[in-house]
Amino acid sequence: MRTLTAAARRATGATARIQRQRLLIASLALLVLATLVVGVAVGAVTVSPRGILGALGLGEPPPDLERDIILKLRLPRVLLAALTGGSLGVAGALFQALFRNPLADPYLIGASSGASLGAVLAIALSLEFHLFGLGAVPLLAFAGSTGTVLLVYALARERGQLSVLTLVLAGVAVSSFLAALVSLLTYLTADERLHQIVFWLMGGFGGASWNGVRLALPYFLVGSLTAMAFARDLNAFLLGEQTAHHLGVDVEQTKRWVLAIASLLTGVAVASGGVIGFVGLVVPHVVRMLGGPDHHFVIPAAALAGASTMMLADAVARWVLAPAELPVGLVTAMTGAPFFLYVLRHRRHMRFFGEGS
Amino acid sequence: MKTSGLRVDVRGLEFSYDSAPLLQEIDLQVERGDMVALVGPNGAGKSTLLRCLARALRPRAGVVLLDGQDIGRLPVRQIARRVGVVPQVQTLDFDFTVEEVVAMGRYPHLGRFGRPGPHDLRAVREAMDATRTSGVSGRPVTALSGGEQQRVAIARALAQEPQLLLLDEPTAHLDIRYQVEVMELLARLNREKALTVIAAVHDLNLAARYFRRFVLMTGGRVLATGTAREVLQPDLIRRAYGVEVVVIDHPVLGCPVVLPAGAEGNGYGQG
Repeated sequence: MRTLTAAARRATGATARIQRQRLLIASLALLVLATLVVGVAVGAVTVSPRGILGALGLGEPPPDLERDIILKLRLPRVLLAALTGGSLGVAGALFQALFRNPLADPYLIGASSGASLGAVLAIALSLEFHLFGLGAVPLLAFAGSTGTVLLVYALARERGQLSVLTLVLAGVAVSSFLAALVSLLTYLTADERLHQIVFWLMGGFGGASWNGVRLALPYFLVGSLTAMAFARDLNAFLLGEQTAHHLGVDVEQTKRWVLAIASLLTGVAVASGGVIGFVGLVVPHVVRMLGGPDHHFVIPAAALAGASTMMLADAVARWVLAPAELPVGLVTAMTGAPFFLYVLRHRRHMRFFGEGS
Repeated sequence: MKTSGLRVDVRGLEFSYDSAPLLQEIDLQVERGDMVALVGPNGAGKSTLLRCLARALRPRAGVVLLDGQDIGRLPVRQIARRVGVVPQVQTLDFDFTVEEVVAMGRYPHLGRFGRPGPHDLRAVREAMDATRTSGVSGRPVTALSGGEQQRVAIARALAQEPQLLLLDEPTAHLDIRYQVEVMELLARLNREKALTVIAAVHDLNLAARYFRRFVLMTGGRVLATGTAREVLQPDLIRRAYGVEVVVIDHPVLGCPVVLPAGAEGNGYGQG
């Protein structure tokens, strides 16, 4: 409601809410920058912020080793983490809207088990091919993720309509089956491939490269911007499919598009970093708690918060047992769950709408 | 808000879910500015008919025309610009504020990327004033009572500036004061803006005071149409509801009042 006069805005009380949302977005943007710096600085070798600026050409360049670490190792890795976190944040928000359930996450309909199967197959069979500069593992992970979602979608479609309930049930069934296959493959694999499998399943950005960033970036941008285009439809959707229909939303078309965008973003995320949980669940939830459920706010906020969260988790993963690395998925699980419980218990005090509720 | 009602023509409408027919051979004409009560027992097909009128359901046969246009061929958004629907149940799990929900009523007019302007704001404010929900405009809908949520749903539909208003049991969760208030509101909108109103109402006596026309349904068919006096007849009610009633005149307002009779009751109040 930006074209209204100040008096008109006051009359409806919209000002305070929108101002708070803007403040939140600005804060999250700053948080992204801050965690970016922290992410690049932390690790087996600590790099100073001045060194970072120097490496980027803003000041005196640091010694060659430091420069290489920053530009060849840290920056692509941190950026990939940011893109992955942002993708999962947006995908989580989309799934939560699609299922009208604040506890939905991007892996609800099989994306994670599909990705796992693809990746584990690639590792177990020692597949070695490259396409677009990507290795077999991320490619098959992406294919597995997307393929599984398509399968679940096809199973859930009845008479041209998509029941979200059926989608969830089919997703659970397919996920379980695929997870069993993954376990079977893991059981049958020995030697260091087993370690590779386990490590991939726990998620991490160890193999990040500029190529990976280059490939993930357009998907993230296209996915997020398209999601924004559906912000109104998603808002209406939260009131129920019937009401959304009565407001002129093409419900079936919205479901298809949102599912496609969310699955694409999830596929890119798992291809980039393995199966990293909790970010897609917690980030949109907390963002909604702070700024309300309007998707014009939630989508960009979830992208920014997701990026920050993932960069932070990755930094912690590299710092806690330095010079060894923890899998990022482990960090998000161990911190995500207690954090979520804390938020759940104290949500009344954190509610955006403090007055009179 | 400038509105004037839509004319609704239903011809040969049939709807079934799988093999069970829910609506059979429905023929109905509703003039512009008419105020029609759909009455009948549970399962008679009132909700189903309303949903067919709102194009939420696709009929197996027959057609629904709004001002002569087949709604089956109109894009959903166009319909939403002219038809406001207040459904029976609302799922409210997300804490939008009252105002955010009512403002969604403008979506059909704004489209995907349109920015709300002064006219949109005015429509929202008027809708909230008419339903007495301005006082809670900043509160999350999840924190409201059932009655307040109902009024918010009506406000949302009104914000669409509809020419046809379809309501499914609009007074279901309201106490008697708000029941009267909602009915008065509908009557006023109908009078002042010639808004066409079709509502499924379960309270026959409340409907008799406010609705010009009645459509009595039973078993998926229209049993009778006419004024309240013509339709609220003991034998028609017996055929539709399976219950014995007497119909008297309201001592103050003169409209028909339906009272159950013939059941044994508890023996109170006699003698």
